[in-house]
Amino acid sequence: MTIQFNNETFRDDYSFRNSPWAIKRFPFPFHEDSYMYSVNMEQHRGGPEGSVYEKRFDVDEHYLSEMRDRALVLADDPLRCQSLPHMTLAGWDTLELIMTCKAEDYPDLFELHRDGNRWRWINKPMGIDQSFTFLDPTTLPCGPLEYITRQTQGDFAVLDQRDEMLWMDAGMVTTQADWSLDFDIGMNFFEWHAPVPLAHEMGIFQRALKFLLNVQQGAPARRLNWTMTVNPLLDTSPENYHKWGVQKTTLTPENIGAKQHLRVELQTFFRLPRSNALLFPIRCYLIAFQDVVSVPKWGRRLHRVVRDLPEELATYKGFIANRPLMIKYLSRFDDGLPTSPGVWPDLETEPPLQK
Amino acid sequence: MSAAPQKARAGAEKIEVVVAAVVPVNELVTRFEFRRPDGAEFPPFSAGAHTVVEMHDDGRTRLNPYSLMSDPGDRSLYAISVRRDDEGRGGSLYMHRHVKPGDAMTITYPVNLFPLDLRARKHVFFAGGIGITPFMAMIAQLEQSNGNWELHYACRSAALGSYADELRGKYPNKAHIYYDDQEQVIPLDDLLSGQPLGTHIYVCGPKGMIGWVKARAAALGWPDEAVHSEEFLAPQPGAPFEVRLCKSDLVIQVGEHESLLEAIERAGVDAPFLCRGGACGQCETEVVELDGEIVHRDHWLDEAEHASGKKIMPCVSRFIGKTLVLDR
Repeated sequence: MTIQFNNETFRDDYSFRNSPWAIKRFPFPFHEDSYMYSVNMEQHRGGPEGSVYEKRFDVDEHYLSEMRDRALVLADDPLRCQSLPHMTLAGWDTLELIMTCKAEDYPDLFELHRDGNRWRWINKPMGIDQSFTFLDPTTLPCGPLEYITRQTQGDFAVLDQRDEMLWMDAGMVTTQADWSLDFDIGMNFFEWHAPVPLAHEMGIFQRALKFLLNVQQGAPARRLNWTMTVNPLLDTSPENYHKWGVQKTTLTPENIGAKQHLRVELQTFFRLPRSNALLFPIRCYLIAFQDVVSVPKWGRRLHRVVRDLPEELATYKGFIANRPLMIKYLSRFDDGLPTSPGVWPDLETEPPLQK
Repeated sequence: MSAAPQKARAGAEKIEVVVAAVVPVNELVTRFEFRRPDGAEFPPFSAGAHTVVEMHDDGRTRLNPYSLMSDPGDRSLYAISVRRDDEGRGGSLYMHRHVKPGDAMTITYPVNLFPLDLRARKHVFFAGGIGITPFMAMIAQLEQSNGNWELHYACRSAALGSYADELRGKYPNKAHIYYDDQEQVIPLDDLLSGQPLGTHIYVCGPKGMIGWVKARAAALGWPDEAVHSEEFLAPQPGAPFEVRLCKSDLVIQVGEHESLLEAIERAGVDAPFLCRGGACGQCETEVVELDGEIVHRDHWLDEAEHASGKKIMPCVSRFIGKTLVLDR
């Protein structure tokens, strides 16, 4: 299909919107009426046609606007993209992986022409036509990681693998749920996860690390994570907390449906072949509560999940203060009927709201 | 979540290949070069990676890991070198006796358990015998990126020194060869004492050599993080034994010349694995009941885990005794 790209903002006037197509394909993260941590990994080998899981790097209607927002963030704060000196090869790996995947998966939007190490990359939506020499950084306008991730939705953590451990040694992070690459750079897997409550005691991180160390070439994996964001902000960084944190106090019963967003991260994991590093793309999808509840099953379920979530998790995810308001709003869309298992909207089979 | 759940298959992804060349290197070692049947490029790989080669030997499937030794920059072929082991379980003999140019084979995607530490300012390689193979790829990769390296390579004799002449010819100042039969010995302590800060060392070869290099490095104050080694263990034959797999509700017999993992697979049970050499940890299995002694041979579990009797690596370890029940 041809994607109609939106012209929208994730700041100031917040003109971000999801089309009916984007709502239907939204990666709703709850497969049942409650939520607890798990190492909910599965293979990243496609998914139903049109879903966000189908392609290796999903491109949607927000592409151009998200790339504009990233450029604004980087102009203010260049440290959002960093790469320690030994990670340059992993940067080329990332560029190669994304260019080859996008050219194969979206031939009408992207082209990659290779003649040995002489490459030509065409990004039609962004109007880019770049010839360069693979592995020669002097032939690109910036480093390979920055170059390709300025053209790819989602944040990217590039993890070096050494001594049975993963290290946050490079990345492009402008659409994050309140964590900082500049703070975490050089940390190991346990160090950068230290602030997460409960999961350490549950042994989640030991199991997750073991799994990730064994993600192999040709067999990428994925999982979902989620949080809540008031206003469709991509950049909810600690660096800018003074700008967005206060916005959490602006929710009212009247505006919550439009202002409160469910924020879902599609996290994928790729073993990078030349550097043996692990690429960890974190793709952020936002949806307003009023759009979530337009799907009856999701409205019922989101109410139950938010209502029953352990206190620690609601605090960590930053919405404990607004939870009563959320529950009050969402309860209007929960008629108590059972929900079908799985994440899909099931619009044809699930009954409409009975109240 | 569950967008489209798919059960993970055991082992790495597979690649169909054709044997393009079988090149005798010396009396014991033969190089096998693979190409893709459709002429496509191979996936890129990082130096130090291995592939698992699938052999169909008279009704029996053998899966043996071999280091990729070709230039990672050349995506037209993958090459391995196989040392014939006349006393072994037969994988290397099969490769030497039966594999011919034009044969179709299946290998796995590269898996790297012995990567270069790209932070190193200098890489010093210690190779013994067939342990030279991962360093062939590492040298090619570092030459491409102007990396700083040197090699110290011990061989039994000039006649058995695989690639020794080639390496010395191409890199006369970096490749140092030592022949046992001429009583040449790697001056290990001098080498370990004279390296600049930021140097990493890598050793691949017989068990004794790996132990020697690691022990001397530790004694001379090298940090563990700067000392890297790889040793693939071939599963050793042993007395047959019986195992109960409780999840599968099966009792299986492990023969003298097969590994526990192979016996599990032969019974039709899908068990996870990657390296099949006791190094990667993928096949780690919980022991539910034990009356007897596990013969641990892996590098994965630590001493306390070995002593606990709660875990076993079925790719290389065996069992002697009355009862072994596994959570598989």
